[in-house]
Amino acid sequence: MSYSGFRVIKEALRGHTGWKPAWRNPEPQSSYDYIVIGAGGHGLATAYYLAKEYGKKRIAVLEKGWLGGGNVGRNTTIIRSNYMLDGNEPFYEFSMKKWEGLEQELNYNAMVSQRGILNLIHSDPQRDAFVRRGNAMMLNGADAELLSVEQIRARYPFLNFNDARFPIKGGLAQHRGGTVRHDAVAWGYARAADRLGVDIIQNCEVTGFRIENGVCKGVETSRGYIGGNKIASCVAGSSSRLMSKAGMRLPIESTVLQAFVTEGLKPVLPGVITFGAGHFYCSQSDKGGLVFGGDPDGYNTYAQRGNLPTVEDVCESGMALIPAIGRARMLRMWGGVMDMSMDGSPIIDKTDIDGLYFNGGWCYGGFKATPASGMCYAHLLATDTPHEYAKAYRFDRFRRGYVIDEKGMGAQPNLH
Amino acid sequence: MIINHPLLGPRDAQEFTYLGDASLIDRPDWQAEDAQQQFYEYTYLRENPAGEHRELWFHEAGDRSWLVVTRNTLTHEISNVEMASDVARARGRSK
Repeated sequence: MSYSGFRVIKEALRGHTGWKPAWRNPEPQSSYDYIVIGAGGHGLATAYYLAKEYGKKRIAVLEKGWLGGGNVGRNTTIIRSNYMLDGNEPFYEFSMKKWEGLEQELNYNAMVSQRGILNLIHSDPQRDAFVRRGNAMMLNGADAELLSVEQIRARYPFLNFNDARFPIKGGLAQHRGGTVRHDAVAWGYARAADRLGVDIIQNCEVTGFRIENGVCKGVETSRGYIGGNKIASCVAGSSSRLMSKAGMRLPIESTVLQAFVTEGLKPVLPGVITFGAGHFYCSQSDKGGLVFGGDPDGYNTYAQRGNLPTVEDVCESGMALIPAIGRARMLRMWGGVMDMSMDGSPIIDKTDIDGLYFNGGWCYGGFKATPASGMCYAHLLATDTPHEYAKAYRFDRFRRGYVIDEKGMGAQPNLH
Repeated sequence: MIINHPLLGPRDAQEFTYLGDASLIDRPDWQAEDAQQQFYEYTYLRENPAGEHRELWFHEAGDRSWLVVTRNTLTHEISNVEMASDVARARGRSK
């Protein structure tokens, strides 16, 4: 069933009795050509592009809970491609271009809103760094503009411009950045993949891998053994847990990142803004709530909840940037478990075990990467060669010393 | 989280900074045959378990000692706190 304005009117006239479930709920078959583990944004996108772009059949996506129940439903919904390093920027700009055509391609309203993202500048050295990053972005075909204080004041008059310690001195804007309705991304990819014959099997937890003579033959699951030619892990947040079942240790630590939303307010924040003197980012959802977040909690955890010191720290940063935010009541807060990699950049690669593939280490930047990650992972699975834009995202970069460390923090995951 | 410091008693985790897996105490021998491989694993690879985890915390806003904290990564429950210097000495190190 295609969705359209005409369809909505037709259903309205018929009392909405004609809507069908958006995807099937199939029983697992005994074997598949491709098994993607994890029905989050990346896993569903991978399955969709495998079927759509590479014409593959017999694809399953296994999910231990319900689809879209992990980090794709827990992030702060921001999309952007404002990276600097060669390994990253082309990939994220590729992702941005995929976002721009996503809804038409999937026939699903994901509420892609290119309302712009603005990184604020608070010192002269920071301006130099942001100018450099903006230039790197433009060299890779992304858009970037350096805004003056007056330009920012016209759009965001309520910011704390004259703070004694962190005055706002300008900003780097990417006007094509913005927000997307995160759940709808999972649902849109799920529906589109299902329509191409992909089996999305929920409540099916992978409990182990069947590995014989260095070849992965299939997965043990809570619903029995399922054979597969190519097994693709796509469970960022739980990557170390899953891959330990295949005897692998990863360059990853798991950390919780909290997010917050206030009660609904009238439109006040037209785009996404980030604080350059602390770690704070904020946008306003279409329902009116201010959605914001900051630093991860910073210790290893698999609990999808954080601790109060981080809440205090994030709210202090918010108050420093937008004093008016203190008048809004916080409605909800939640946590998602992040794969924090050793250089802050992701991994999309084969493993040393034949037939077992890996996608993870997204730190807290996975949501914006969803379309490109799915496309690059599908390319790797279908062709056994890395996609043009994911060539740098290899496991061996750590051993070889070719880390992609945007912030220059070193092998300390909780600082990325 | 409250960390029960062996010398100072219960202290708020906010006074500490977190480094990571306590295996970082065991720096490889730089003269070993496979030192490069050992240092790669030491620097980059982690167990990252779901459950009990021994990890290094630094009492930055306190007595500036390093602690080895055993904490459950699913519940955040802390079951044991040791001085990192004691742990290192127990493994035959001088400090």
